[in-house]
Amino acid sequence: MNDNQRTVALEDPCLEGIERFRDYATHTPYLKGPEKLTRKLVGSLEEAVRRSGLRDGQTISFHHAFREGDKTINFVVDALARMGFKNLTLASSSLAACHAPLIDHIKAGVISRIYTSGMRGQLAKAISNGLMEHPINVHSHGGRVHLIDSGELTLDVAFLGVPACDAFGNANGQRGKARCGSLGYAMVDAQFARTVILLTEEIVPFPNNPASISQDQVDWIVQVEEVGDPSKISVGAARVTKNPRELLIARLAAQVIEHSGYFKQGFSIQTGSGGSSTATTRFLEKRMRQKEIKAAFALGGITGDIVDLFNKGLIERVADTQSFDAVAAESLAANPNHIEISTNEYANPSSKAAFCDQLDVVILSALEVDLNFNVNVLTGSDGVMMGASGGHSDVAAAANLSIVVGPLIRGRIPTVVKRVTTLVTPGACVGVLVTDHGIAVNPNRPDVEERLRAANLPVMTIQELYERAVSITGEPQPIEFLDRIVGIVRYRDGSVIDVVRQVKP
Amino acid sequence: MGRLRRSMLFIPGSNAAMLSTAFVYRPDSILFDLEDAVALREKDSARLLVYHALRLPAYQSIEKVVRINPLDTPFGNKDLEAAVRGGADIIRLPKTDCAADVQRLEVEVERIEQACGREAGSTRLMAAIESASGVVNALAIATSSPRMDSIALAGFDYVVDMQTQRGDGIELFYARCSVLHAARFAKIDAFDVVFPDVNDDEGFLKEVALIKRLGFNGKSLINPRQIELLHNAFAPTEEEVRRAERIVEAAEKAEREGLGVVSLNGRMVDAPVVLNAQRILELAKPAYARS
Amino acid sequence: MEITKEAICGTLESNDLLVKVAPRNELEVVISSEVMRQFGVRIREVVEETLLQMGVTRGQVVIEDKGALDCAIRARVQAAVLRGCECDELNWGVL
Repeated sequence: MNDNQRTVALEDPCLEGIERFRDYATHTPYLKGPEKLTRKLVGSLEEAVRRSGLRDGQTISFHHAFREGDKTINFVVDALARMGFKNLTLASSSLAACHAPLIDHIKAGVISRIYTSGMRGQLAKAISNGLMEHPINVHSHGGRVHLIDSGELTLDVAFLGVPACDAFGNANGQRGKARCGSLGYAMVDAQFARTVILLTEEIVPFPNNPASISQDQVDWIVQVEEVGDPSKISVGAARVTKNPRELLIARLAAQVIEHSGYFKQGFSIQTGSGGSSTATTRFLEKRMRQKEIKAAFALGGITGDIVDLFNKGLIERVADTQSFDAVAAESLAANPNHIEISTNEYANPSSKAAFCDQLDVVILSALEVDLNFNVNVLTGSDGVMMGASGGHSDVAAAANLSIVVGPLIRGRIPTVVKRVTTLVTPGACVGVLVTDHGIAVNPNRPDVEERLRAANLPVMTIQELYERAVSITGEPQPIEFLDRIVGIVRYRDGSVIDVVRQVKP
Repeated sequence: MGRLRRSMLFIPGSNAAMLSTAFVYRPDSILFDLEDAVALREKDSARLLVYHALRLPAYQSIEKVVRINPLDTPFGNKDLEAAVRGGADIIRLPKTDCAADVQRLEVEVERIEQACGREAGSTRLMAAIESASGVVNALAIATSSPRMDSIALAGFDYVVDMQTQRGDGIELFYARCSVLHAARFAKIDAFDVVFPDVNDDEGFLKEVALIKRLGFNGKSLINPRQIELLHNAFAPTEEEVRRAERIVEAAEKAEREGLGVVSLNGRMVDAPVVLNAQRILELAKPAYARS
Repeated sequence: MEITKEAICGTLESNDLLVKVAPRNELEVVISSEVMRQFGVRIREVVEETLLQMGVTRGQVVIEDKGALDCAIRARVQAAVLRGCECDELNWGVL
């Protein structure tokens, strides 16, 4: 008996229940076959679905880095519908107007529950009007990871669209036709889903690096024609504004930052994706140069304007969960100090550490702000869902100072209202509201108010802003709702902070 | 010191959205235009839009100017009815060539004030000079009526009349000096031309520096974005403020000590210099400060 | 005033409205607005008040509103009615 063939005596009690070695490839048969390097590549999405073991009633997950350019969700759900799946829970990090085709799948019973950060367009309208039997759950970016952590949200199969990966599944968003930049949302699904299916436009040579999604997280890989159109990421989001009203608000917001008390060497900042929000960055540049102040890092959704300051040496590091434009995507690929972070690292309240906790100042947008500084970013004032929770409540809670920016009146709709239609971010987390008619400071921040008044900024009370708004628009009639709940708004810690009811037809 | 009148923002009278929002930009004066910015077929509706906008509470704290069509057009008198009845502070008469143009307007304004019960004389007049004739008659125009409030140079038609085109400013040099002297003689305000390229901040600021130096009160603007640039350019620099403070302190000291002559660092300071220093300190007050 | 022909005034841009008037034997006011739920009642009030001031008792008035303020609604309705009445002179006394 030579060493290779020796068998271990069976009778020893200490070996009871432990499998005996048979062959080196007993559990890795692919090592002996031609499929050694290609075993994860699957010819069709349908085949990948079959191998994933997906069953009716389970949860499928997606990321929304492509926003309005996403081609993965509709493609996958169409296929699942054709395969006869029913009663699935759809958990996408968010949904956009381009996902209107889901309406038919909901009607047909393919999708029966939804978890998402937000919705827009026809889908949002249909769900607001009672399309679904079960209300949707609206979570924040950080809150989504918390729901997964807590066990409420189990991702059975993640379908993650990526521009390119290698045959083992190492993927990033930094190269290829569908280069979207950061895969911050998808990294979470890759980490937590039971089965991960990558949909990729390209298979590139091994090893593909950096591995935002790593080979040890990926089960199956399907090559498809298109996963998303990155040119549509910034539709309705990040854009360079020439609108004088947005510029007026942006300039005021930059002045607020300058005099907030947080504008110091090594400060940190996050700007959202609205016109005023991104333009604030440009007004900040002049002030940073004048006072010779550099920011330690910029966080969150990253725009070309942030990258511009980064390239000029005014921001030292960029932590990117979502690249809002091609400039940001390119910078992520090129600069070691432009780093990619998952939404777990970004904003999950139960993660072992979240970037947002380190943040000094954040610029946020709002659909409505009420007299208690509560913010609604989800429903229009007609009660219909039209926005997204996003990172709003996460960052507002964590940052040292949250500045909400927006026009006092949109069309005829006042932004400052007596009571928000839907509560997403509690007023206690909002420090300053900047509008084109003036600035209001939360009474819980007398320190900030004092500094802004000393700088001669147009500070008013929120009540005064409200009165000014309705003196121009007139007092809006209250919206009538039915009792039926169509949306449950989950705070970042998983608790229910509000509900959205069906609008009276 | 009188009210600051650095910026006069033009708003097309036919644009409902602009009329509904322009007050947020806080220019020193806002001008509702019924003339060149309004197409012929929209003259009737623009007139009504402006009439109702003038009465909006949000505009009550801003000086309101209405540019009417010339009185020899079918629109001029109707525009005037809307403007005076709506509560315009000032009527801007385009293409003013001579004093008689203003006097014709004056008669109509008086008639409407009486008809609608508006305080007699409360509607002031601004003459826009847009031709060689107007420039030559600037003094007569500036002194044509007790209602005259200001005189504005308008460049587009003027350079055509002069058979030249807009350039580095030399083409407007005589006209600027002429209307400015007329205005200062008549003790009324003077506004400079619109700067046409809203994307050329550098060129705009160069022109602003020039007209500020010449002595204009301010300038007509077509883009709200230019307001901040203009106000900043008109705000005194820190150096100017420090100098003005020293002069005003010296003047106050002289007054306390009953001295007839103000002196600073051993040099006599003339009364106009003191007045100018006071004006600079006024401009440096927070409401007007550089942002 | 009597609406004697079809006329139109305004635009479909934000903060504006389109007003169409046409001769009818009875008064018919049709309003659609993107802020109907919040301001529908107020818009009707302003339109009807404006028509009353101008002495319009017959005719069809169709409003397509894009979030216009009351002042723009008044102006557009007045201008449309004047056009539909083929009337050039405005009686400022009634406004």
